[in-house]
Amino acid sequence: MTLIGQALEYVAGMTSDILKVTIARGAGAGAATTPETFEVPAYENQTVLDVVSWVQQNADPTLSYRFACRVGMCGSCAMMVNGVPRWTCRTHISKVLDGSSVEIAPLRNLPVIKDLVVDMDPFFDKWVAAEGVHHSALTRHDPIAPIDEDSAARVEANAGIECINCSVCYAACDTVAGNADYLGPAALQRAWTLLNDAKDEGRAAILEAVSDKGGCHNCHSIGSCTAYCPNELDPMSAIAGLKRETAKSFFRKAR
Amino acid sequence: MRPVARAHPLWVAYIVHRLSGVALALFLPLHFWVLAMAVSAPQKLDGFLQLTEAGIVKLAEFGLVFLLAVHMFGGLRLMAMEWLPWTPGQKTLAASAAAVSFLIACLFFIRAI
Amino acid sequence: MLTLRLYMVQRLSALLMAPLVLGHLAVMIYAIQGGLSAAEILGRTQGSVAWFLFYGVFVLAVSVHGAIGLRTVVHEWGGLKGAGLEAFMWIVGTGLFALGARAVWAVTFA
Repeated sequence: MTLIGQALEYVAGMTSDILKVTIARGAGAGAATTPETFEVPAYENQTVLDVVSWVQQNADPTLSYRFACRVGMCGSCAMMVNGVPRWTCRTHISKVLDGSSVEIAPLRNLPVIKDLVVDMDPFFDKWVAAEGVHHSALTRHDPIAPIDEDSAARVEANAGIECINCSVCYAACDTVAGNADYLGPAALQRAWTLLNDAKDEGRAAILEAVSDKGGCHNCHSIGSCTAYCPNELDPMSAIAGLKRETAKSFFRKAR
Repeated sequence: MRPVARAHPLWVAYIVHRLSGVALALFLPLHFWVLAMAVSAPQKLDGFLQLTEAGIVKLAEFGLVFLLAVHMFGGLRLMAMEWLPWTPGQKTLAASAAAVSFLIACLFFIRAI
Repeated sequence: MLTLRLYMVQRLSALLMAPLVLGHLAVMIYAIQGGLSAAEILGRTQGSVAWFLFYGVFVLAVSVHGAIGLRTVVHEWGGLKGAGLEAFMWIVGTGLFALGARAVWAVTFA
């Protein structure tokens, strides 16, 4: 093949590798969302976040989105990708492409600030409302409590500690979508983790918080949280654990 | 933009449980009203019960029995999942055991009557 | 929307109904052999304390269970909340119970 032929094939190859990226744009706070489609060059190694960044850097600098660590630790880049909540920095674009198209929207169940940026306040407020805070009974002068890594409670607690607060489970949850008071999978999983943590003294406060009108009993075990958690955690089973413990406390109180 | 993806089995179990529950709750007032005719209007009740011989009504009856069974077993599944801290493997085993024993009981019952 | 108390009442009424539903299914399969008639139903149930208790408990449990279940659905899918939601639950519950109690009475002691 001639050099010109090779060059032509190279150019043709490049132009055919164009991604059609549709992004939900909106000024937020009740303003209408309009889909806007961008043509983005495809690369062999490219995450969804790379695609969004390319649009912001090369096509429209006014596009708003959020990210920080780019390695799946900080939990700030989650978005809806083709209707599925995902951590975009760890999602390869080839995994989600529909032909050569992809649709990217802000996380579900949270108010949109602008474009792909959502207000995470309700998510974190519920984290606190579920007593997802440390309850200490010791001071710095007390010896550090020994932890048995193999105890059943510690195994349960360990199962949930890798949560990065990305809100993917919260966006996936149909119960949150229909019930604004519901605390959601992440906050309840945190409550379950602390309930099983030998160093946490908040048992009564936690059980009371997760038994209120927004508590764990609103969960219908649909399991979207567990199905979509990027860290493969299991909030649904954690919430089932809370249901079990609160049911036991219900019978104890009745006696 | 696209609707939210829900292609996983537990979501299907949830929607079947919810829709069967709503359908049963809507059917109950009719069921109670017809039965109360036993006293207020026995001949009307007989007329109504004769309807149950018609093919389409038989089909509707089958539907109701199915709704009741599916709602009950779906509910028992939910309670087993919530209240018994089983491993996923144990859950699968228990569900299969329940399904098989139910099937055998049904077969026996159909033979017996 | 659902507190621990409502959740427990919902689960306990369900547990109570599980054997009743099985019994009801068995009676249904048995009763439809050779067609249904008012006389046949009444012949089985009239004056029977056992059937009165069986269906009485069933009606009570299903009224409670149905009311709490529909409460959840109208809140999540219909957006009803606050006092309206409480009223809806009580109206469904008492309505179901009234209709059901009337039917049970009709086939047993009326």
